[in-house]
Amino acid sequence: MRFKTKYEGSSFSELLATENGQLFPRFDLSECAPGQLQVPHGTTVLAFKYADGVMVGGDRLATEGHRVASRDIQKVYPTDNHSVIAIAGAAGPCIEMARIMRVELEHYEKIEGEQLELDGKANKLAQMIRANLPAAMQGLVVVPLFAGYDLRRSAGRLWKFDVTGGRYEETEYEATGSGGLYARESLKKTHRNDVNQQEAVTMAVQALVDAADEDRATGGIDVVRGIFPILNFCTADGIERVSDQEIESVYRTIIENRFNGRGD
Amino acid sequence: MSMPFYVSPEQMMADKAEYARKGISRGKSSVVLEYAGGILLMAENPSRLSKIGEIYDRIAFAGVGKFSEFDQLRKLGVRYADMKGYAYSRDDVRANALANAYSQAIGDAFTQEFKPLEAEVIVAEVGDAELVGHENNAIFRIQFDGSISDHQGFCVIGGASDDLNAYLEGEFRADLPLGDAMALGRSALQRATEGAPGVPPENLETCVLERSLPGRKFRRLDSDRVRQELGA
Repeated sequence: MRFKTKYEGSSFSELLATENGQLFPRFDLSECAPGQLQVPHGTTVLAFKYADGVMVGGDRLATEGHRVASRDIQKVYPTDNHSVIAIAGAAGPCIEMARIMRVELEHYEKIEGEQLELDGKANKLAQMIRANLPAAMQGLVVVPLFAGYDLRRSAGRLWKFDVTGGRYEETEYEATGSGGLYARESLKKTHRNDVNQQEAVTMAVQALVDAADEDRATGGIDVVRGIFPILNFCTADGIERVSDQEIESVYRTIIENRFNGRGD
Repeated sequence: MSMPFYVSPEQMMADKAEYARKGISRGKSSVVLEYAGGILLMAENPSRLSKIGEIYDRIAFAGVGKFSEFDQLRKLGVRYADMKGYAYSRDDVRANALANAYSQAIGDAFTQEFKPLEAEVIVAEVGDAELVGHENNAIFRIQFDGSISDHQGFCVIGGASDDLNAYLEGEFRADLPLGDAMALGRSALQRATEGAPGVPPENLETCVLERSLPGRKFRRLDSDRVRQELGA
């Protein structure tokens, strides 16, 4: 570990790339035939606004082709006190990006003495996704959702991205990954910006249950093993994870209602 | 052909040391004190430029002397710690290794550069009961020539450091509550002002490494909080 550095800016990812290039995730798959490399992929993550801020959630399944790679992978990561990243795509590079993003924000805060604006955080993440484009072209796609509470505007905000680093702010909700389409279809029917926390949990669980119902690569709620989606609220007060017990009780209510022929 | 004047190495080092000492003694002091809940870092600092900073989860930095120089050292420390924490794990970032790296860098600058650094720094680490070998607090002082020392309880750097360290030697008690530790730190800093009226709370830069906090244990206390703790 070198102490003196040539790099003098306040970005951790640039520091890592300049000073410790071997630690910086770069993936060269040019030697691999297309489709030859199978790595675990994460599937459905979602984010939407509600009365107090944003809710960010994701299922727990990672798949490798048609096989289950992991049943309880984590796809939702707080990046600081007021922002959350939810990852979909090749699990390895995705998790690494979430890790670097967290250090990036903390590093900036320590070097500069103040935090980045939420816009600045989203922009930085877009640059990191753009830098991953060569790997994405070869199958290691990283397309996260980024959401947070904007303390200046006193509002929750969320962004989706494309592999070229395109950054699109959404006004209501977004879901991505293989089951993202179905989660969006679900949210289209249920979502309102003014719901309270409890209703937001129901909305999120419904969307994830619907996605798991239609998409084989999205993990459903596994009450036998006790594996539940990760749901994080992000409000002015910080980030709070919804307890498994609460998700389970909401899930049981949903199942019961559906069993009794009620849609909600 | 002109010959450069010969200067003996001893003379050169002595000159550099005197130069650095003079530079440092022009500035105000910073004090680091252990208290019941962790470590308190205080500096008399009316400006908005910080002398105290967060390095990592359990590690803080205090610098005195020339701002540009110790702030550069602070940033080096943050870069070193973040890279190390990323390459290994967050628990692997320790004050001991960081203090040694500082000692090396500052010592190299002292012997190799024409102008020595007019700065000295403290690296403080709050203990964590769950980390074997690092249950206790650690305070390291690194001086302008790279010499390193470790301290228990308290440490003062800057202008009047000898006098203030001697003062704290007599006054310091282990496990003081935060307010008492703050009052002691302030009274030490006041001694350095040589008869000028007391240091007002808004001129105190006050930070803590609070053992009970989860994750990042560094907090900057605003002057309202300082005033409240001091009961002033």
